Amino acid sequence: MAVRSDVLRAGTGGVPLTRKRESLWADAFRRLLRNRAAVVGGIFVITLGLVAIFAPVIAPYSYQEQVLPDNNVVPAWVVKVFPFMAGYARISDNYAFGADYVGRDIMSRAIYGARVSLTVALVAPLISLFIGVIFGSIAGFFGGRVDNLMMRIVDVLYAFPTLLFIILLMAFFRGTYANPEPGSFTFVLSSLDQKMGGMLFIFIGLGVTAWETMARLTRGQVLSVREKEFVEAARTVGAGNRRIMARHVLPNIIGVLIVYETLAIPAYIATEAFLSFIGLGVNPPTPSWGIMIANSASSVRTHPNQVLLPALMLAITMFAFNFLGDGLRDALDPRLRGTQ
Amino acid sequence: MGRYIIRRLLWLVGVLFVVSLMTFALMHSVPGGPFDKEKAVPEEIKANLNARYHLDEPLPVQYLLYVYEVLVPQLSKTPPGISMLDDGIINIKVSENLWFKWMNFGPSYASRTRTVNDIFRDNLPLSFQLGVMALVVAVAIGLPLGVMAALKQNTFIDYSGMSFAILGVSVPVIVLGPILIAIFGVTLGWLPPTGWGAKPPWTMGLFPSEMNLDYFRYACMPVFALGIGSAAVIARVSRASLLQVIREDYIRTARAKGLAERLVVTRHALKNSLIPVVTVLGPLFAVLVTGTFVTELIFGLPGMGKYFVTSITNRDYPVIMGTILLYALCLVFANLVVDLVYAWLDPRIRYT
Repeated sequence: MAVRSDVLRAGTGGVPLTRKRESLWADAFRRLLRNRAAVVGGIFVITLGLVAIFAPVIAPYSYQEQVLPDNNVVPAWVVKVFPFMAGYARISDNYAFGADYVGRDIMSRAIYGARVSLTVALVAPLISLFIGVIFGSIAGFFGGRVDNLMMRIVDVLYAFPTLLFIILLMAFFRGTYANPEPGSFTFVLSSLDQKMGGMLFIFIGLGVTAWETMARLTRGQVLSVREKEFVEAARTVGAGNRRIMARHVLPNIIGVLIVYETLAIPAYIATEAFLSFIGLGVNPPTPSWGIMIANSASSVRTHPNQVLLPALMLAITMFAFNFLGDGLRDALDPRLRGTQ
Repeated sequence: MGRYIIRRLLWLVGVLFVVSLMTFALMHSVPGGPFDKEKAVPEEIKANLNARYHLDEPLPVQYLLYVYEVLVPQLSKTPPGISMLDDGIINIKVSENLWFKWMNFGPSYASRTRTVNDIFRDNLPLSFQLGVMALVVAVAIGLPLGVMAALKQNTFIDYSGMSFAILGVSVPVIVLGPILIAIFGVTLGWLPPTGWGAKPPWTMGLFPSEMNLDYFRYACMPVFALGIGSAAVIARVSRASLLQVIREDYIRTARAKGLAERLVVTRHALKNSLIPVVTVLGPLFAVLVTGTFVTELIFGLPGMGKYFVTSITNRDYPVIMGTILLYALCLVFANLVVDLVYAWLDPRIRYT
């Protein structure tokens, strides 16, 4: 019976489903490789990932050690680019991009900063996918009153300004978990967050606020797919709700969902940078590009070199993820097939 | 249509109620109160402060008091602007020493002299002007870019337009702002690096009293920094949507009956392709006009944006409630307008 249902579901007259699915992904991958911008973006992301993993090897200095006599020093090339700095800048070629206001190497901090941004780029979409897909597929699959109620919840959450909501949540976490009792659940969470340099609560905050669009998208997709003939066929041969959901509906919509999440990654990275910028993100001295920009933005008139590297890294990383996401969408979105 | 609008307005009231309740619960579950300062305040003084602002009452009572102050109009003998606890957005003089006051959003705990209504009156208009101009810039740049890119798909125009769009999405204001200031404000000295060209009192409560060249010189950089990201989003959405519409059957029909390409695009394709663009504009409007923290911080503008962040770090409860409710109101209202525009853009959409 199981074999029969496989055949019916694929609707390809006897070709096993697994092979068909593989060919879909292989096809998408081939399209992706043909998109030069996406390939460049992908290579950049992979390189950045390697830089983040091997940060202790690559970075010439520690990210937290303060060499106070070297504060605000600049390398010689900076004075050539910004001639107005010649009057007051202290020159030291020990640091490729100079040192910050407490004498930490800016390049090393930017290298370590890639860890935060990339982890956010990896984990936030997973959390959003996890919550959003479960919520949206339940609403879409059962429909009727359940659907109505669940979607009204999403509507109300939509009326919250996302950034405000996340700021409130972060204030809640940072306040509640500041002095936890040893042994309690809050203590476990709090010490885990400490070990991760403050990233755990960023993940929770991002995840809790980012799933709503995902839920809407999933619901819409499920609504359209569940009416398809192959779902009906699976039902006639006796497949249960859970099996239909997991084996028939989700594999058909996962492409669209992944594309959406990839396109949302730059927004997650920007949100983390924003949170760190306003002091609710990672805990100092953990370097994040957002914190580095916040620290150096106020002195941009006197030491423009300090904002340069973190700002460039942030912009280029978002650029790369945007290219990659666009390429993935063009490769996977069936509605855009044949438009190339 | 009329019934539809009324139903949506009722839904708006429901949303505002739920949002206010959730915000209230969430903000009171954040530990610490508005008067827990780093330098400890003596217990008696703190108790007095809490009593003055009813913070010693049980939470449900506090919530009801807040709703009461906002919703129920009051007659007061004190003229407006004298008492912090007795202020309304709407103040009407009834007789010599009697004022009709409605919608009191409460005092700001962080300030001795200002109320949430003062923030709405003085700071919100700046954010509103900045946001509206940014939205206009975003549409003026984004829409033509997206339409051109779609019409000339896979040409140089398409690629350069979309590269610009990706660039726009990829450079957040915290990067773009300092760079713009460094180039145009400091190095070239063309534009004032910070500040805004108008100040209260505002005309009709929202607009600058005088719009001269100086006003726009001040507005140039923040509006551009804020608008360019949204322009990029609009360009991408309008391109994708026009590409889809242009493949529809009725476009082929229009072409087949010999309509000029310009008319096919302007009269048939463009109008329908605007639906996703309008969908994006709704939330964008709410985000832009209620104040954007980073832009206002970087360019030193006294708008609403900073209250979104400082109110939470200060536990300034009435300001938190006020800002969130204002945002929710703008968003739900903008979405209602969006839905009505749908019906105008696409006659197939009907509301009953």
